[in-house]
Amino acid sequence: MSQQLIQSDVALSAEETRQIDAELAHMPQKSGAAIDALKIVQRHRGWVSDESLIAIARYLEMSPETLEGVATFYNLIYRKPVGKKVVLFCDSVSCWICGCDGVKQKITEKLGVDYGETTADNQYTLIPVPCLGACDKAPVMMVGDDLHTHLDNEKIDQIFAGKLSDGEGS
Amino acid sequence: MPTIYIDGQAYEVEEGKNLLEACLNLGLDLPYFCWHPSMGSIGSCRQCAMVQYQNEEDTRGRIVMGCMTPVTDGARLSLKGDTASEFRASVIESLMLNHPHDCPVCAEGGECHLQDMTVMVGHRDRHYRGLKNTHRNQYLGPLINHEMNRCISCYRCVRFYRDYAGGTDLAALASHDHVYFGRHQDGVLQSEFAGNLVEVCPTGVFTDKPLVNDYSRKWDLQSAPSICVGCAVGCNTSPGERYGRLKRIQNRYNQQVNGYFLCDRGRFGADFVNSESRLNFAGVRQDDGSYQAIKADDALSQVASLCQKGAVAGIGSPRASVEANYLLRRLVGDSHFCSGMSDVEHALVQQVAEALSTTRAVSPSLHQIESADAVLILGEDVSNTAPRLALALRQSARNKARQMAEDMRLEPWMDAAIRNLAQNQYSPVFIAGVHESRLEDIAAASVSLAPDDIARLGFAVAAEISGSHLPGLGHLSTLVGTIASALKAAKKPLIVSGTSLMNSAVIESAVAVVEALLSEEKNTLLSLSVPECNSMGVTLLDGGKGLGFNVLAESAAQGDIDTLIVLENDLYRRAPTETVDQLLGNIKQLVVLDSLDNATLSASYLALPAATFAESEGTFVSSEGRAQRYYPVFVAEDDRLASWQWLSELGQVLGLSGFDQLAHFDQVEQTCADEIPALSGITAAAPDHLFRNRGLKIPRQPARYSGRTAVRANVSVHEPKQPVDNESPLSFSMEGLGVGQPSSLMSYSWSPGWNSNQSIQKFQNEAGGEIKGGSSGIRLISPGEGAKIESLSVPDAFHPSNTDLLLVPVYRVFGSDELSRQAPAIAELSGDAQLVVRSENVNKLQVADGDGVVVVVDGSEVVLEVLVDDSIAEGCVGFTMGMPGTESLVIGIGSMVSLRRAENWQPRKPQLIATDNPNAPSPDTRGQRGVPYV
Repeated sequence: MSQQLIQSDVALSAEETRQIDAELAHMPQKSGAAIDALKIVQRHRGWVSDESLIAIARYLEMSPETLEGVATFYNLIYRKPVGKKVVLFCDSVSCWICGCDGVKQKITEKLGVDYGETTADNQYTLIPVPCLGACDKAPVMMVGDDLHTHLDNEKIDQIFAGKLSDGEGS
Repeated sequence: MPTIYIDGQAYEVEEGKNLLEACLNLGLDLPYFCWHPSMGSIGSCRQCAMVQYQNEEDTRGRIVMGCMTPVTDGARLSLKGDTASEFRASVIESLMLNHPHDCPVCAEGGECHLQDMTVMVGHRDRHYRGLKNTHRNQYLGPLINHEMNRCISCYRCVRFYRDYAGGTDLAALASHDHVYFGRHQDGVLQSEFAGNLVEVCPTGVFTDKPLVNDYSRKWDLQSAPSICVGCAVGCNTSPGERYGRLKRIQNRYNQQVNGYFLCDRGRFGADFVNSESRLNFAGVRQDDGSYQAIKADDALSQVASLCQKGAVAGIGSPRASVEANYLLRRLVGDSHFCSGMSDVEHALVQQVAEALSTTRAVSPSLHQIESADAVLILGEDVSNTAPRLALALRQSARNKARQMAEDMRLEPWMDAAIRNLAQNQYSPVFIAGVHESRLEDIAAASVSLAPDDIARLGFAVAAEISGSHLPGLGHLSTLVGTIASALKAAKKPLIVSGTSLMNSAVIESAVAVVEALLSEEKNTLLSLSVPECNSMGVTLLDGGKGLGFNVLAESAAQGDIDTLIVLENDLYRRAPTETVDQLLGNIKQLVVLDSLDNATLSASYLALPAATFAESEGTFVSSEGRAQRYYPVFVAEDDRLASWQWLSELGQVLGLSGFDQLAHFDQVEQTCADEIPALSGITAAAPDHLFRNRGLKIPRQPARYSGRTAVRANVSVHEPKQPVDNESPLSFSMEGLGVGQPSSLMSYSWSPGWNSNQSIQKFQNEAGGEIKGGSSGIRLISPGEGAKIESLSVPDAFHPSNTDLLLVPVYRVFGSDELSRQAPAIAELSGDAQLVVRSENVNKLQVADGDGVVVVVDGSEVVLEVLVDDSIAEGCVGFTMGMPGTESLVIGIGSMVSLRRAENWQPRKPQLIATDNPNAPSPDTRGQRGVPYV
């Protein structure tokens, strides 16, 4: 509706544009860089807002709908604001066999959020993910860019107390 | 032909088909959702599952998707076996997990493919007890209603909207069980083919908004075969009526013309039939300017006495039927009849008719256009002047992909595979227009040129094909070479042009290209567009013998005309106001026959209420030269009468010779065909009124038409006698036989178990093929011996001037057409008249988008809103043709005009349209307790 029209004068930053251009160099068609462009903008802004999406679409000469189809297809492109770090918690079969359900409950208690929610201090967003490719070390999760393996309740306490990072837990 | 065995029975089927098509063609009921005869197979819904066995010994078999499996000789299949049936029932149960079962409040109910398929597979008990997904619906504009919860994710909508019609603003969003078909944000769907979503969607996600707001079930609609009056393409429609109101237009399948699809102007533009400004009674103007209603008989005798008193002239109309025009011409005499078009327009349509009947090229149907493998469009902005033609051109651009598929031995219906293979490769489409068109995305090259330069480009291509060279083309000569070689390399090249630029050289150049290709022994197609639904018909009738508009005006000025009869024509749209005022001032009485109030009607002494296309019968001749019949959908109310009936009765009152034999439609038509050689074919357009379908009339009402008695119970409990139709083989009743008749007599399509429009496959020879009972319409124009091209007619190159600009018409799919503008939904999209200017010119004038500019044409000044568009040809300025306020610019087309900034211009405020008033309660709460209707 007209009163809800999204402001579409948000521009891409010079750095974002430079990085997208670098991707475009490999692409026969501009729209081929759609996923990379979304990732670039997300890296800079934390998430992809409606306004950012329109800016990317315009830059890649795509309709916002076409780009939205790509953006919403992938659950690691965030179309809503997320906390400083995203907790990607694996709940697929290997982790489930190794008892991820209990760990999940511990995280929920510790952070006070469930799947899809962000902590009140805006530090963490909890999202389920089907497999992180580390089944031999299940249960696993990623916090930001760090992989944490062989999770148990104690480890969860340490991770969120800031005592473990950079995959120290493995 | 391969033989396949289905459930033990041997069937011969056509090679190259898939199992689903084969089953449907055999008359077997195999349920499906995502497959569409025009869009092919993608195998997404899993509904058309069958079991295929390896050999006679194999008893287990494997499940295959009918739409994805080619027929192979000796294939053994099970359609009705338990495995296949149970699988299909389970598929539909899972598709229905999130479906809200809201059929009673759904506009699709009663013609829902999902309902039909659910019943067909026998799935009855739902086992799912969990929560259903719910979605927020979007506002998609005044035409389409969105109810996403009903979606079963068949992907047909995006496949039609994006892949078939080239739209970009509808997409499949999200994934797994969150898939959502919609826009990025609320807003009007931009494609002019969006209305087809209503018919493409197998359930009620996309429904006809004007119908939803004034609703009747399909089974309660009375329908008749009709022809769209929105442009000259002549799409076949099936309008539905209830309570004396035209409720909706649905596509009526005609393989040769519109196939399965219509444009939105046609689908939603017919609402003018319900307009408040319809005329119901004859009226005589009083001295104070008001009209006094008079009885029809009095009106006739008054007109008769006017006719007897003095000289009479008649002005016909390109939007009235051949028959009405014929009767008027006969009534006033050949030499007192004017076709009702401006002289320029008349000459152009005449030129088109002559070109089509002299050239050896075929004037193609849309179906033939889809088979062209190289296209050159000269000057015609088909997306706006003949939208359905633009959709056909999109399909012809895909012939490259079809060829690639054939080379790879891919089946032609393997849609996803073929699209993946071809990506963005298209058959060559070259576009020369005065501005960018909406076919840009499929164009190999496009160029914006002044009309004369478009003609020069055409002549240059023609010369290039014949091996000579047209000098003075400058930077265009490379393009000319490319076009010429692409057309020469094609198997079936198509040239598209038309009258819309009001430039005869453009049409001439198109004919020149065609003739050059023909001399290279090419199977060439020539499609020429004309302005209105019966421009071609009235031109063939006139045959160049009638009065030109200016000649008529002159003879009126000399006092040679006492009474002027105007048939369904608003003269103020044809000529500058002063000219028309002068003409009307020079005659004694004006008699106007029309359906809607307009300026000409308001100037009349005597007004006669005409029935619209929905309440009368008649014949239109399309731009292709195809004569097609339309029939009354419902009986005209009050004193409204079909124009041909008014004129026939007038002739009888006057006692004119022969009019006693012109009381019936078939008589009028036969006499017209006998008398006018060019129209001799029209009687074959449809069967006459004596035609019976196995001894029965053809019903306009479906078998389940309800409430014929109850609807009048407050007046009388006795059911009134149904109106009798003596003019056609159709009846105003559910009695009769609506199966197996020619497609020109198909009121609606319904077959047991198939309540939706998908039932059409039960009437076709094969899926996507001809209607069993014969196709609709007849082509009146056949190719001739070869057109003569005057080599001298190449116009001079256009040189932009520093001060003035060349005035050219631009067209709007919503707004340029007279009648559809009167439909409320189309009116919301039409906007106001605009002047389309390049930015360098607006900079000179120091104006911006939305400011006002004064155009000076022939001494008169017109103020219009500016739309900045840099795609318009250099040195040109466009105005939105046909929109109120631009009438006096029409005579300035092709001349140089000067612009200046309009002082005191009030910029138009952003318009809030009814459907997005922020203060209105949302539709969900409207009407609930305490929430008023707004």
